[in-house]
Amino acid sequence: MTQGPVLLSVRGLRKSFGATEVLRGIDLDVHERELVFIIGPSGSGKSTLLRCCNRLEEPSSGSIIVDGTDLMARGTDINLLRRRIGMVFQNFNLYPHMTALGNVMLALRRVLKKPRAEAEEIARAALARVGLADKAANYPTELSGGQQQRVAIARAVALDPKIMLFDEPTSALDPELVGSVLATMRELRESGMTMMVVSHEMGFARAAADRVLFMDQGEIIEQGPPTQIFEDPREARTRAFVQQINRH
Amino acid sequence: MNPASPAAAMTNWQAFLFTFFDAKTMATYAPKIAQGFLLTVELAILIVISGLALGLFLAVVRSFRIRPLNWLIVFAVDLFRALPPLVIIVFFYFGLPVVGLGFEGFTTTWLALTLVLAAFAEEIFWAGILAVPKGQWEAARSTGLGFLGTLGWVVLPQAIRMTIPPLTNRTIAITKGTALGSVVAVAEILSTAQSAMAESANPSPLTLGAIAYIILFVPVVIAGRWIETRFAWKR
Repeated sequence: MTQGPVLLSVRGLRKSFGATEVLRGIDLDVHERELVFIIGPSGSGKSTLLRCCNRLEEPSSGSIIVDGTDLMARGTDINLLRRRIGMVFQNFNLYPHMTALGNVMLALRRVLKKPRAEAEEIARAALARVGLADKAANYPTELSGGQQQRVAIARAVALDPKIMLFDEPTSALDPELVGSVLATMRELRESGMTMMVVSHEMGFARAAADRVLFMDQGEIIEQGPPTQIFEDPREARTRAFVQQINRH
Repeated sequence: MNPASPAAAMTNWQAFLFTFFDAKTMATYAPKIAQGFLLTVELAILIVISGLALGLFLAVVRSFRIRPLNWLIVFAVDLFRALPPLVIIVFFYFGLPVVGLGFEGFTTTWLALTLVLAAFAEEIFWAGILAVPKGQWEAARSTGLGFLGTLGWVVLPQAIRMTIPPLTNRTIAITKGTALGSVVAVAEILSTAQSAMAESANPSPLTLGAIAYIILFVPVVIAGRWIETRFAWKR
């Protein structure tokens, strides 16, 4: 694996919801073109970690630096930085009142201020990239879950982000629809996109991840290449979790 | 039964027709009531435009969640929803001149009903904004869209669609409320019908008034249904 420069750097990240501390000091570097895969039991803080990385969740303390910009600094324009951080959600969160094309075009028009024709051209290319060129005029309810999630990926990719965050992108999908989303993610990965993925798709992790993080109770317990984490984990908690996953 | 009863019934029927449908009286007062109709339409359109606009504005201000401002909005909204509109009209008409703000009946009615509609509309819009899932905000914000951009492009279009049925109800209710203007000498439908009734000593003008209200509301109801289907998206 070639190690590019560090794109995302997290130091001493803590996050509490009331009295509950869900992140207890996370240190993490994600390198350019790297795919970091995060696993862990529910409530381990993996989604919160991801959501802190574009400040959808406000960290309690610690520092996050994305592409050289301090996410937490007072002077940082968070909206400007978020253009460079794509996010894909478990529940797709497509805008129901807009077509697939409209969903992808909105930020191109209103955030990047592209003229209509140019925004449409970029949006159509993004939809083609996720294999949905023919669904541009369809509304989200006319699409399957897998198609909706691919539109959501196109919506993020169209802004040409430096890094993409995937928050359980296939958890809300019927089993037969998972494959198309994973194929899209793999295509993204092969194009060199830096990605951070929270998911339970262990097969995808084995095939595509450069590094797997195992989180439990707000801490990174263990990390390493997929072969290490899945076949020869060093920590007892990792071993127990992986065994449980493999039993299914 | 003796054959005299049909004749008696005829008399009753004729009396009924004379009381409520006397052609001569109706012909005499139709122009006046038509004028009242136009005034009602004008008043209602002004109230609906300004009331809905103010209500939407207040709901948007409220979404910024600035505490003291929101307390003020909630207090004003609750007040204008709680007070009977008639009380507000009378209070404005006789009370405002005391502080040097005397308006004629038309303006008073417009102002009072605008505030009442705005109060109800604010609550309806606000409920609509809250009903849009949090994920919609998060998705839009994650693309770099700001608070106002997200509100304007993503949240309000969905919120407003959801609120069209209750807003249509409110629009109809407030349009009927224009009849309250009759107490402060606004020559709208009810007022003209009443004075015509007094002048002619015959209630037929009231029937004309009722017909005028039907003519007024049928298009409103149809327009409401049309807007509902026009702006609905497939679920």
